[in-house]
Amino acid sequence: MSTDGKVSYIGLLKNGIFGENPVFRIALSLCPAVAVTNTLENGLLMGIGVFAVQTLANVSISLVRNVIHERIRLPAYILIIATWVTAINLLLEAFAYPVYQKIGLYLQLIVAFAIILSRAELFASKNKFMPSLFDGLGMGLGFLVALVSISFFRELLGSGSLFGYSVVPSKPVLLFALPAGGFFAVGLLMGFFNWIDIRFFGGHGASGGGH
Amino acid sequence: MAKLLELIVAASLVNNFVFTRYLGLCIFMGVTKKMDTAIGMSITFTSVMVISSALSWVAYHFIMTPYHLQFLEIVVFIVIVAGFVQAADTMMRKVAPGLYYKLGIYLALIITNCIILAVPLINADSGYSFIESMAFGLGSGLGFALALIIMASIREKLELADVPTPFRGLPIAFILTGLIALAFVGFSGLITL
Repeated sequence: MSTDGKVSYIGLLKNGIFGENPVFRIALSLCPAVAVTNTLENGLLMGIGVFAVQTLANVSISLVRNVIHERIRLPAYILIIATWVTAINLLLEAFAYPVYQKIGLYLQLIVAFAIILSRAELFASKNKFMPSLFDGLGMGLGFLVALVSISFFRELLGSGSLFGYSVVPSKPVLLFALPAGGFFAVGLLMGFFNWIDIRFFGGHGASGGGH
Repeated sequence: MAKLLELIVAASLVNNFVFTRYLGLCIFMGVTKKMDTAIGMSITFTSVMVISSALSWVAYHFIMTPYHLQFLEIVVFIVIVAGFVQAADTMMRKVAPGLYYKLGIYLALIITNCIILAVPLINADSGYSFIESMAFGLGSGLGFALALIIMASIREKLELADVPTPFRGLPIAFILTGLIALAFVGFSGLITL
C-alpha cells in the first residue's frame, strides 16, 4: 500500500477486510478468534470492541505522532491503547454486563493484541488523520467480519442456534461448542480462504507471519 | 503447601492457557516451528511470568488498593510487565551477553503475548496471596512450556507430511492444536478450585 500521495479511502477499507484481513490473512491476534467465538453474540461484541479500540487508537496515535519521541514510541503507543481499552471495558461493563462476564478477560487483553500495535507502528505513526482513521476502520471491520464468520459457524454447528434462537431442529455437533472446536473452525476457515486465494486469484495462500 | 501444588497443577494442566483458555496463540504458533526456539521461549517465559506476577501483586496491594485505583489495572499491569521485560532485556545484555544472545529475542517477543497480562489480571480478580500469585505464575509458565514443547515436536514431524496446499502452515497447525485441546479436555474436573 502506498503511504504517500493520494490515498484511496475505499482501498484502505478493502485492504483491511480482504487484502490484509487481520485474522485470516496476516494471522495476527488469533486468541480472541478462538476464545470468544462460541456464540454469535460474543463474537459480535468482541468484534465491536476491537473495532472501536483499533479505530480510536489509530486516530489518536496519528494525532500525536509528531509529538512522541522516536525512542519511547512503543511504550507511548501501548499506553494510548491501554487507555482506550479501559474506556471500552468500563463502557461494556456498565451497559452489557451479562456478556461482559463471559468475555471480560479477553476484552481486557485487547491491550496486548499484536494487530493494534502493529497498525499503530506501521501505519498510524506515519500517516495523517484521515488515512489513519480509514485504516483503523478497515482493520477493525476485517477483524469484526472474521470473528462474526467464525462464530456464525460455531454457534450454528455447535448449538444449532443463531443469537440464541434455535434454528436447526436436529442434534448439534457438540464438538464445535468446545474449545477444541474453535481451533478446528479457525483452521478450516483459514484453509478455505487460502483455497479461494489460490484457486481464483492465483495467490500463494497466506503462510501467516506466525505471530 | 498442598494448596500451592494444587494451584500449580490447575494452572498448568486443567486450565492450560493455550488449550483451555486459548491465550498466547500468536507466540504459540510463532515459535513452535522448531524445538530450539520452543525451549528457549519456555525458559524465558516461565521466569518472566513468575517475576511479573510478584511485581504486579505488590503494585496491586500496596499502591492500587489503598488509593482505590483498581479501574486502572489494565494500564498499570501492562506498564509493569512491559517495563520489567525491557529492563530485563537491558540488564541481560550487559550482565550475561551469552544468555542474551540465546534468549534475548524471546524477551522482545513476549510483550505481544496476552498471557503476560492475563496472569496479573486473574491474580488480582481471584484475590490470591503473594505466594499463591507466584505459584499461579509458575503454573501458567509451566503449562505454556508444556504446550510449546508438545506442539514443536509434532510440527517438526509435520514437515515431512504431505499436507494439501491450502492447509500448509497455519491452518494445519490450528487443526492440530484442536486435536491436542481435545485431549486436554480429559484433565477438566481433575482439580476444582
